Amino acid sequence: MASSQPAPSTAPSLVDTLFQLSLDDLVKSLRADQSAAGESSAVARALSAIHREIRAPDAATKAVALQKLTYLSSLHFAPVAAHPLAFPAIELLASPHLPHKRLAYLAASLSLSPASLSLLPLATHQLHKDLSPSAAAPAAHHLSALALHLLASPAAAAAPDLAAHLAHDLLPHLSRGSPRAIAAAARVIAASPSAGVPVLFKPLAACLASPDPRTSTAAASAFCELSAPPADPSPFLPLAPDLYNLLTTSRSNWALIKVLKIFARLAPLEPRLAARIVDPVCQLLARSSAMSLTFECVRTVLTALPAHDAAVSLAIGKLKEFLAASDDPNLRYLGLLALGMLGPAYASTVNESRDVIALSLGDADLNIRREALRLMMGMLDDSNVMDIAGMLVSHAARSDPEFANDTLGAVLAACGRNVYELVSDFDWYVSLLADMARSLHCLQGDEIGRQLVDVGLRVQDARPELVQSARSLLIDPALLGNNLLFPVLSAAAFVSGEYIHCSKDPVELVEALLQPRTSLLPMSVRAVYIQAVLKVITFCCNLYIERLNGSNKELDLVFDELAVDQDVSRESEAEIRPAEADQIVMPSTTEKDPSSHKSIVYMINLIEMTVGPLVQCKEVEVLERARNLMGFIHLLREIQEFKERNVSDQKKTNRVKELVKSMQTVFAQELSPVYVNAQKKISLPEDLVLNENLAELADIVCEDDAPPSTSIFFCSRSNPSVETRDEPAVSVGSSSLLVEHRKRHGMYYLPTGKDEGDTNNYPHVNDPLLSADNGSMIKDRSETVQPVAAGKKLKVARSRPKVVKLDGEDFLSAMMSTVNVPKETLSGTGGGVLVGRNAKSLPSLKASDNSSERMGNKLDPGESSSQQTQNIDADIGSSWTTKHQDYDKEKSTILPDSDGKEARKHKTSSTSGHRQGRHKQRERSNTQPDVAPQAPVIQDFLL
Amino acid sequence: MIQAVMVISTLGKPRLLKFYNFQDPEKHQELVRSIFQLLSARPEGVSNFVETDAIFGPGSKLVYNHLATLYFVFVFDSSENELAMLDLVQVFVETLNKCFKNVCELDIVFNFNKLHTVLDEMILGGQVIETSSEEIMRSVEEIARLEKQSSTTSLIPKSISQRFSR
Repeated sequence: MASSQPAPSTAPSLVDTLFQLSLDDLVKSLRADQSAAGESSAVARALSAIHREIRAPDAATKAVALQKLTYLSSLHFAPVAAHPLAFPAIELLASPHLPHKRLAYLAASLSLSPASLSLLPLATHQLHKDLSPSAAAPAAHHLSALALHLLASPAAAAAPDLAAHLAHDLLPHLSRGSPRAIAAAARVIAASPSAGVPVLFKPLAACLASPDPRTSTAAASAFCELSAPPADPSPFLPLAPDLYNLLTTSRSNWALIKVLKIFARLAPLEPRLAARIVDPVCQLLARSSAMSLTFECVRTVLTALPAHDAAVSLAIGKLKEFLAASDDPNLRYLGLLALGMLGPAYASTVNESRDVIALSLGDADLNIRREALRLMMGMLDDSNVMDIAGMLVSHAARSDPEFANDTLGAVLAACGRNVYELVSDFDWYVSLLADMARSLHCLQGDEIGRQLVDVGLRVQDARPELVQSARSLLIDPALLGNNLLFPVLSAAAFVSGEYIHCSKDPVELVEALLQPRTSLLPMSVRAVYIQAVLKVITFCCNLYIERLNGSNKELDLVFDELAVDQDVSRESEAEIRPAEADQIVMPSTTEKDPSSHKSIVYMINLIEMTVGPLVQCKEVEVLERARNLMGFIHLLREIQEFKERNVSDQKKTNRVKELVKSMQTVFAQELSPVYVNAQKKISLPEDLVLNENLAELADIVCEDDAPPSTSIFFCSRSNPSVETRDEPAVSVGSSSLLVEHRKRHGMYYLPTGKDEGDTNNYPHVNDPLLSADNGSMIKDRSETVQPVAAGKKLKVARSRPKVVKLDGEDFLSAMMSTVNVPKETLSGTGGGVLVGRNAKSLPSLKASDNSSERMGNKLDPGESSSQQTQNIDADIGSSWTTKHQDYDKEKSTILPDSDGKEARKHKTSSTSGHRQGRHKQRERSNTQPDVAPQAPVIQDFLL
Repeated sequence: MIQAVMVISTLGKPRLLKFYNFQDPEKHQELVRSIFQLLSARPEGVSNFVETDAIFGPGSKLVYNHLATLYFVFVFDSSENELAMLDLVQVFVETLNKCFKNVCELDIVFNFNKLHTVLDEMILGGQVIETSSEEIMRSVEEIARLEKQSSTTSLIPKSISQRFSR
């Protein structure tokens, strides 16, 4: 036996030999101490001994040393440099002693590596000698076998020279039909086609026709290997007759499998081939009892003969047998694998097996589960998406975390594909999203959150359900502790604030948004929560004021109550006393009307109590929004103070109304997704130099971008500082505040746009937010760029196509696919915008006209409204980025030439219009954080 | 083709490694570890196939058989049939069983060379050359006989000649 070392006593002249450890001894010593340290020290000891022994002149000693070295390098990963092993191995190849020779060949085939290739030429002669059939010794057959093994070893494959030199030596073995020689010839051809093919291809092909089944089988597998995918199978087409012969006559399953594989590769190249082989394949399929052959036939039929219906249905029959093999997971796995090979033409077959597939989702075997999931996803279409996705999500709740996440990810990807092309019932989908978010270990929070917001933007009809689902997520205090859910909660907060008009109970929502456990949220999400509260309170106040409809009396009543409240809160302003909590009385359950004065007072007090402390928050995002919110509430109170100072009731009421209405206007514009190509339709005005200032800002912006915002939807650290500073102004009066705001924005928006382009995590949201915002933005723009016609404005926007590129990829792709969305699914404005706003901008123009008029009426029914209209129009038309860009551009161009120019441009708009604009601007900037990135902040600090 | 044959103990120690495509020796340990992690995570009574695209490249799979304290693993690509490979694992195990009369892990630990001899009779350069365990056994026994012959015939003359030469 090779493993038994040559007896040391045979070479008594050497001390080394006398005391040399055999391989068995070595194994024993390694096993004596199983610990890693003990083992590695044993290996080190053995290696040092081996390095001494392997230089011994005595072949036996050398052979044992080589054997040990081979063992250590193979199974103990001993770091053996290639040479010490390779050289003695090659030396011993020439040994006349068969055991030594075998050891040497084993060592060479295991451990020769490309690094030791330089030594391989030394072996060429020996290989040639061992391969030559002249050696008539009894062991000649084995010697050649050893040589063939070495020739087929991975190291030899990397030495084309060796293959080239020895190709001729293979011929006698090939003509004998030796399977070894055939396999080695395949390796030689693969390693060195130029040398191998001319010499070996024909003899190899002749082996296919050999009457000896071992030879033909070996030849079939050799050609199967040579025609494997990276290689071009076309040179093997001429072998088709021989292969066909084998297919019809061979009784060896191994040979048949290989032949089938070759035919599967050849069939696409030669159309007549499929028709020829379909009959024999079907016969095999029908009569074979070997599962391996049956499966190979099924695979061949499904992948290479899909046009032959009879064959396919036969294969499907077999495949179903596989699927039904309840006791054999291997067959079930392969059955599912084969199902996946069925083309779309046989989708109904896959559907028939749906129960089996669904069952497989719960299999203990991860392979089977994955395959089943893959099939399920392949089956999805608009008719069954509700069933399947619903089933998968409920299934995910029961499966292990890893697979559950795979499942949820797959469902999200499939349903979100092509802007929800599969989903027709969005109410269902929204509640499904909420269910997904709730499922344990869900790691898909980001995507769920994104889709929640996205659906809100795109699908108007889904909003009530969306708000309902968001409410259920927000209201559950348990969810606040799960950090995987933060992105979802953030989305829910945004959605419920944005579509508050769909909410059944805003008061409850405010409570949910301000519940104590929100302190567990990361700051970025808290900021979203606070922003949502601002939207809700604005909505409620507006509702209330609209309901009053001029009945000042009631309004007074509210503010009287507010005043009472205010006194209390004044006292407790320095520190929030727990006593205050008592004073905040929940409106009685019967009075759930959000527009009742009680509700409003309750909400205001609640906000004051919970958000109040946050105005000292260290996180700017939260701080800023908290201050915005508090500022708004203070404004309401300010008005109350006016009353106390005997300002006329009428005036006060009007101011309140104005305030609330303008605030409402800020949030009134619907956010909508924007078609990315909208920008391309706008041409660049000649007088606009886009990069003038932006280029200078590049550095700043880049730095800014480096730490991506942690906020989920809103890359918003930007404005907080601005707002913070403004806060004092709020109480002073909206107009001065707005002026300041305006000034700041003039600076901040410049980098903002760019920044966003780079960072925006949730472009959809940002996007529309701004568009909603058009009130303020537009105003601004109208002021600055008044003379420019709407069309030109659009051009301005367009002039920075780069911006679009800056946008996140997903944004782009999602936007691109918007085209495919049926119009109904788009939200009204967005739809209008997307569907050729250039063609007929009238509707949107009208719409925006209305809104602008509203604003105008409120503040100043001046000329500005028409300009606003234009701007709004432009805004809606262009994507958010566009707008922003637009804005930036204007800013960038305008800023440098200070007030003079601006004043000129503004001349048409009345001062009150200014104010309004600014006011809106300001309010918007409250929201802006959602939208606008951080650039401004930093800038501010820099300044 | 077959890309690799491995025998790994249930403790994660390799007992036999043979790669038919060149794999950097420094990566062998890593490969063994990742395969072992894959296999040890799988419960009993599940299918014998695992997709190993991440380890051995796209399209590669392994078939394994868990017997007593050993995993017998064959890694292969799209040119092989899954069930045929499963059969081949069975042939290999059967042959070892015949070789060692109820093979156990110790036999495999102490018979490094013989294991390779058996494997080489079955697979050459990643191609299956013999699937009958009887044939394999016959060849292995013949090799053993030849080696014995070679040792007995050559030992005495060689040692004598060496002695005389000094």
